[in-house]
Amino acid sequence: MTDRIQLGTMEQPQFSPAAMALVQKIIKRYPEGRHKSALLPILHIAQAEFGGWLSPSTMDYVASILNIKPIEVYEVASFYTMYNMRPVGKCVLEVCRTGPCALRGSDDIIEYLENKLGIKEGETTADGMFTLKAVECLASCGSAPMMQVGNHYIENLSVEKMDEVLDQLKTRHNVPNPDYGSPYPVSPENNG
Amino acid sequence: MAKVTIDGIEIEVADGTTILQAARQIGGEIVPPAMCYYSTLKNSGGKCRACLVKVAAGSAKDPRPMPKLVPSCITTVQDGMVVENITNPTVLETRKGVVEFLLLNHPLDCPICDQAGECDLQNFAYNHGVSKTRYEEERRTFEQHDIGDKIKLHMNRCILCYRCTYVADQLTDNRVHGVLNRGDHAEISTYIEKAIDNEFSGNMIDVCPVGALTDKTFRFKQRVWFTKPLDAHRDCPKCSGKVVLWTKGNDVLRVTARKDQYNEVKEFICNECRYDHKDMNDWVIEGPRHIERGSVISQNHYEKIDLVKLKADVERQLKFQEGKRLNEANNTPA
Amino acid sequence: MGRKLLLKDINVPGIKSFEVYRKMGGYASVEKALKTMTPDSVMEEVKKSGLRGRGGAGFPTGMKWSFLDRKSDKPRYLICNADESEPGTFKDRFLMEYLPHALIEGMIVSSFALGANTSYIYMRGEFRWIFPILEKAIEEARAAGFLGNNMLGTDYSLELYVHSGGGAYICGEETAQIESLEGKRGNPRNKPPFPAVVGLYGCPTVVNNVESIATVPHILNMGGDEYAKIGIGKSTGTKLISASGHINKPGVYEIELGLPVEEFIYSDEYCGGIWKGRKMKACVPGGSSVPILPTELMLKTAKGEPRLMSYESLSDGGFATGSMLGSGGFIVFDETACIVRNTWTYARFYHHESCGQCSPCREGTGWMEKVLHRIETGHGKMSDIDLLVDVAKKIEGNTICPLGDAAAWPVAAAVRHFREEFEYHVRYPEKVKDPKHFEKEPFVSEKKAVAA
Repeated sequence: MTDRIQLGTMEQPQFSPAAMALVQKIIKRYPEGRHKSALLPILHIAQAEFGGWLSPSTMDYVASILNIKPIEVYEVASFYTMYNMRPVGKCVLEVCRTGPCALRGSDDIIEYLENKLGIKEGETTADGMFTLKAVECLASCGSAPMMQVGNHYIENLSVEKMDEVLDQLKTRHNVPNPDYGSPYPVSPENNG
Repeated sequence: MAKVTIDGIEIEVADGTTILQAARQIGGEIVPPAMCYYSTLKNSGGKCRACLVKVAAGSAKDPRPMPKLVPSCITTVQDGMVVENITNPTVLETRKGVVEFLLLNHPLDCPICDQAGECDLQNFAYNHGVSKTRYEEERRTFEQHDIGDKIKLHMNRCILCYRCTYVADQLTDNRVHGVLNRGDHAEISTYIEKAIDNEFSGNMIDVCPVGALTDKTFRFKQRVWFTKPLDAHRDCPKCSGKVVLWTKGNDVLRVTARKDQYNEVKEFICNECRYDHKDMNDWVIEGPRHIERGSVISQNHYEKIDLVKLKADVERQLKFQEGKRLNEANNTPA
Repeated sequence: MGRKLLLKDINVPGIKSFEVYRKMGGYASVEKALKTMTPDSVMEEVKKSGLRGRGGAGFPTGMKWSFLDRKSDKPRYLICNADESEPGTFKDRFLMEYLPHALIEGMIVSSFALGANTSYIYMRGEFRWIFPILEKAIEEARAAGFLGNNMLGTDYSLELYVHSGGGAYICGEETAQIESLEGKRGNPRNKPPFPAVVGLYGCPTVVNNVESIATVPHILNMGGDEYAKIGIGKSTGTKLISASGHINKPGVYEIELGLPVEEFIYSDEYCGGIWKGRKMKACVPGGSSVPILPTELMLKTAKGEPRLMSYESLSDGGFATGSMLGSGGFIVFDETACIVRNTWTYARFYHHESCGQCSPCREGTGWMEKVLHRIETGHGKMSDIDLLVDVAKKIEGNTICPLGDAAAWPVAAAVRHFREEFEYHVRYPEKVKDPKHFEKEPFVSEKKAVAA
């Protein structure tokens, strides 16, 4: 499952001052000595800041901020599905495949995307633009089928609409630092 | 003190005792099996569900039965509690299910597994399971990972008891391995290529109930039942120095901590004792080690054999096997 | 028109903002509670209201609160369970997105009742865009003196934070949620001890669903007795229902408990009937974990009485002929839906979401998924059907947390009510090769044809 990633080839990441200020603010939300609670939120910030995935050096960096063992971060990050343990494309398509979406055609959407992008579920296009993930229920069953891209839910999908949706996403995400989305957006106001 | 009845046998135990420990105080057949619980490791237990029992009466004060089967290893007794283990058909049926679940993806590679003969899963399956699986799908496999020159990790055999992570947490100061991923993909791993190396890491091997963690220095050397276990000790500044030497002739093939009748280590040993003193002259030999459990080893033991007891044991096992055939509903041909 | 409480102001422009929410009467319950009531009297009102947990289990909220260990000198915590992940359920997301202050207000009065000075909203991480919405609402409430130290001039202080999950259904289980909030893997704890005694950071903790908490202000405003008059019998009050599947108008509806199921499905006020002019085949009334029922049992109980949207009526007949209200995730299937395929997608879900801690769930969920996939794709055997039932039975009740039950019940129920469809898959493998087999040619019961 987790095939080994060698350390050493990747540079040590560093949060920007604004991101670091946000991280410190979040740590303070938990009682003294319970700072490990901030792990999930900080991993979200780290993933959004460092290329949409969690490299071992990113996780080691988060461990050092929280003063916990690196294995504690690996254990947690690998448990939750939102954390990408592998590099991803600039735009991650997370298509819901669970019951209610499946009833209204999510299989067709996934199949269409696979054919259109020439990749299988779980893979990234050769140009590094799109990663296709089939995910479980995103609590949007009333607007099925749907998918999540970063901070956005794209709902009431249909095969006919997909080309247009992909074009829009490509325009928005084909930039040097695409927005991978985060529950805790880093903004300049956080600085201080 | 609390008075508790387990399978009709009454015993008085200290408050706060678990059902499993109370049963162990009685001893014998009524002791529930335990695959993840380990009395010397904090927080262990509750996961494998092998020890589920029926509480037919919660306590003298509230004699209602508990609605679900409860894990006996972490459920504390109450005064007046009535527990059913081997006298309850649902418990036995559920336990068969647990055996089946634990073996579902297990490679069953006992013929090439160093743990064979002293494996809790073998014993558990033999004593509580049925002799056939209904699983037809491909078994799950994991990539092999190297965790150092002393311990061999064979993830395919792991039953995720978490004991080795508790050893790392509670006996060492820097845990580098843990349980990664989730569900049936969960695995014991260091994630990044890393050797598990500290003075007490070898105890992970002893607490592993299966062949997922085995001693590389003993790997493929000998089937355990062909070795002679000896109690021995040495003056060790780091640990008690009380060990079992697994010998053949004058060769020390393996050193382990001493396990009790429930395969639990009460005094953990250091890596130096385990790996660096494979010489008879380093040890004070106390005498032959008595192995109570671990069916294969005890059957082939060099201690004086009680033939009458052995005969009774064999007869009992044969009778037990007789009653263990799958019922017809489950036995439809493939 | 049924009575509306939670969603009564949903169409008021700007209701997301503090000013408009306040103008519509928002935060009145906070003033009432902090200035004129004691924590115990708040709890008493909630008890009287008969409010039952809206997350799925339906346990009386007031009673849950009364279990909180008040003798302990440790801090007490309230966690709002906003990890909404039950397939078919999306009402909490709707509520938080469009009425954030309803939740904040509820959190304040509930925390007051429990004596909690720090409370957390544990929201599933996927709701990324809702975090800023709630954080803004918290800031607005704080600016108005409804949060922070010495609120409204009383000696009560409360800090409220939003915490994000990382993507795991199991974190909707309260002890897994506590573990996750502590920054660990979402492995449920063995119970006892219950969170009310040993919860977050080892302290007494209550975990309540978003909708339950958002309902508390309404209970305080109108009084518990008055609230209890809404609804039917022990199913008091209103409930948000997430309607999805093959209906004309999917969405979140607030209903008064006791509404006939038939009215809910076919009335234009709610689901608006089955889409594409088709017939209804089955329904899962309370989120994917509860048993599926065929149309005839969904609309009428086994006794022939009309089935109502209430805890009691939906579970009438036990699992033999009934189901559960659960979280109110109402999923409707039309005649072209394949029950086997649907059961498989749910089994795949539970397999994917099992935490992997205890053996029956870790191994059993995957096994059921594989067998179901085999049957669905035409590679099954007749004995597989009984095998599924037996595996489900060996998981149910034997796991650490209810995920095992939630995985087992839908499978057992599907076989119970739609066995013929499973047999059809085994008998005619070539007909089910195409995943859309019943869309082309709906399944017709041979047994019923013979009977008629």
